[in-house]
Amino acid sequence: MTRLLTPGLLLASALALFAACLLGSTPLEASRVVAALAGGADVGDRIVVWSIRLPRALTAFCVGAALGLSGAALQGLLRNPLAEPGVLGVSATASMTATFALYYGLVAINPWVLPVAAISGAVLATALIALAAVRTTSVVTLILIGVGLASFAGAMMSLLMNLAPNPFSLSDMINWMLGSVANRSFDDLLFAAPFLAAGCAILFASRRGLSALTLGDEAASGVGLNLRRQRVLVVLGAGLATGGAVALAGAIGFVGIVAPHIVRPWVGHDPARSLLPSAILAGLILVVADIGVRLTPTDSELKLGVVAALVGAPAFVWIAMRRRTVVD
Amino acid sequence: MTELAANTLTVVRDGAILVDGASFRLRAGEFVALLGPNGAGKTTLLRAALGLAPPTRGTATLGGEDTQTLTPRVRARRASYLPQRRPLAWPSPVRDVVALGRFSHGAALGRLGDADQRAVASALESCDLAALADRSADTLSGGELARVHFARAFAAEAPLLIADEPVAALDPRHQHRIMELVRSFVDTGGGALIVLHDVSLAARFADRLLWMLDGRIVADGTPAETLTAERLADVYGVRAGIDGLNVQVEGAL
Repeated sequence: MTRLLTPGLLLASALALFAACLLGSTPLEASRVVAALAGGADVGDRIVVWSIRLPRALTAFCVGAALGLSGAALQGLLRNPLAEPGVLGVSATASMTATFALYYGLVAINPWVLPVAAISGAVLATALIALAAVRTTSVVTLILIGVGLASFAGAMMSLLMNLAPNPFSLSDMINWMLGSVANRSFDDLLFAAPFLAAGCAILFASRRGLSALTLGDEAASGVGLNLRRQRVLVVLGAGLATGGAVALAGAIGFVGIVAPHIVRPWVGHDPARSLLPSAILAGLILVVADIGVRLTPTDSELKLGVVAALVGAPAFVWIAMRRRTVVD
Repeated sequence: MTELAANTLTVVRDGAILVDGASFRLRAGEFVALLGPNGAGKTTLLRAALGLAPPTRGTATLGGEDTQTLTPRVRARRASYLPQRRPLAWPSPVRDVVALGRFSHGAALGRLGDADQRAVASALESCDLAALADRSADTLSGGELARVHFARAFAAEAPLLIADEPVAALDPRHQHRIMELVRSFVDTGGGALIVLHDVSLAARFADRLLWMLDGRIVADGTPAETLTAERLADVYGVRAGIDGLNVQVEGAL
């Protein structure tokens, strides 16, 4: 059963991506989508599939995967099932720094400013939390620091919105705060890809240490883990991946908590083995959620981040309430 | 042969002298118990000796190399360390917790090599955990959990074992079982340094007692040499009767 987890999730993700190409304001038949994907069919179909639906769905998948992976890795590092880029204020800080870059027109100077700003915000917030985690073992303290970071980032963004020069930049900022993958192209995806790839690679490379951390900091270093190096790698990896995701889609919360929570019992509660399936499942969740967003008949399109929070926040509360006491 | 040697270690933190010029040696084939009241500096001494915390003065060597410069991995290959607090973050299966002892050998959970598998199986066997191997660690009793941590330490196959109060909060039967595990580890060529609070247990199982008070090692020798009523009065502040290796604590001084 456990061995089938990752292939099963991959298959489901492929099906979801395909479904994302079928469904939408103008439903396409499966045969037309297959033809368009293969490069045939008429021009209109090819544009709908290759320029609109597929890049959007792939963006949702990549953003979800990066957040799921970051969540699973942060949970391993902090030994806490409630850790997640959104809850810890990492995504909010990243979207704050990105909004700053947008607001001051830095992005017009060089397009790379945007992902770099988002990533520096994410790394900064992650480092702060990891630093606090060294000093305290209390879950509550960490979550509160995250709440503080998120509130501060929220306040800063409200300030920027308050001062927004025109309605256009206001709606731009709202997009960042709420999180969306609408109108993303392959170019956008390729732009963030190096950061996402680097972050994910770092997290995968350091995954064995996350298993050792199950034993607690002291015993983990007793079995041979270089604690400082492990912390730096996870902070950097999660910062890059989350920052890259925010640069693509803005702040989308809670996927990073839901996916690892579902995956963990299947992999013997081992943080290292939970990374890959958590990433795929989180990607799958966002692809499906985005299909839901597109199919919901509302006047203005729902934001993906809003839908994710509507589903994810109750799940967060539920996990927090059911949390078993830690074995000592 | 691997030896842990502390040479006049001193640890000062925030102006308080926690360890004051402490020296000791731990060789393979001996069972040493570290005794002393709460706050004597036992844990700080162990951490400084193993290189897990920097000493203010003095040095410690493990297998001839300064422990401050050893990589965590090399240190773990030479000495297993069981800290006082052993929280498990996740309800992991017992087998996985024991397999984490193989971390310094490069083992990854779920993909253990042959040598790792053998070491884990034999550690589970020696700690009488084979039947519990697939149980989730958070369903175990305190005594069973203590055995899991020892199995993890044995799985590392390091020549030395350092454990900080491993039998605190265990019932007498489990205390004896744990001490027997350590004894058989020592009898098969290992060296063990165990922090204990039960003087009778220490005198019964250990080859050598290290007595610690206010950061200093005040006595180092066999139970027969160092276990006296005066020592118990000095170190623990208790009035006690000694009959051979049996200790009868009569009251606080």
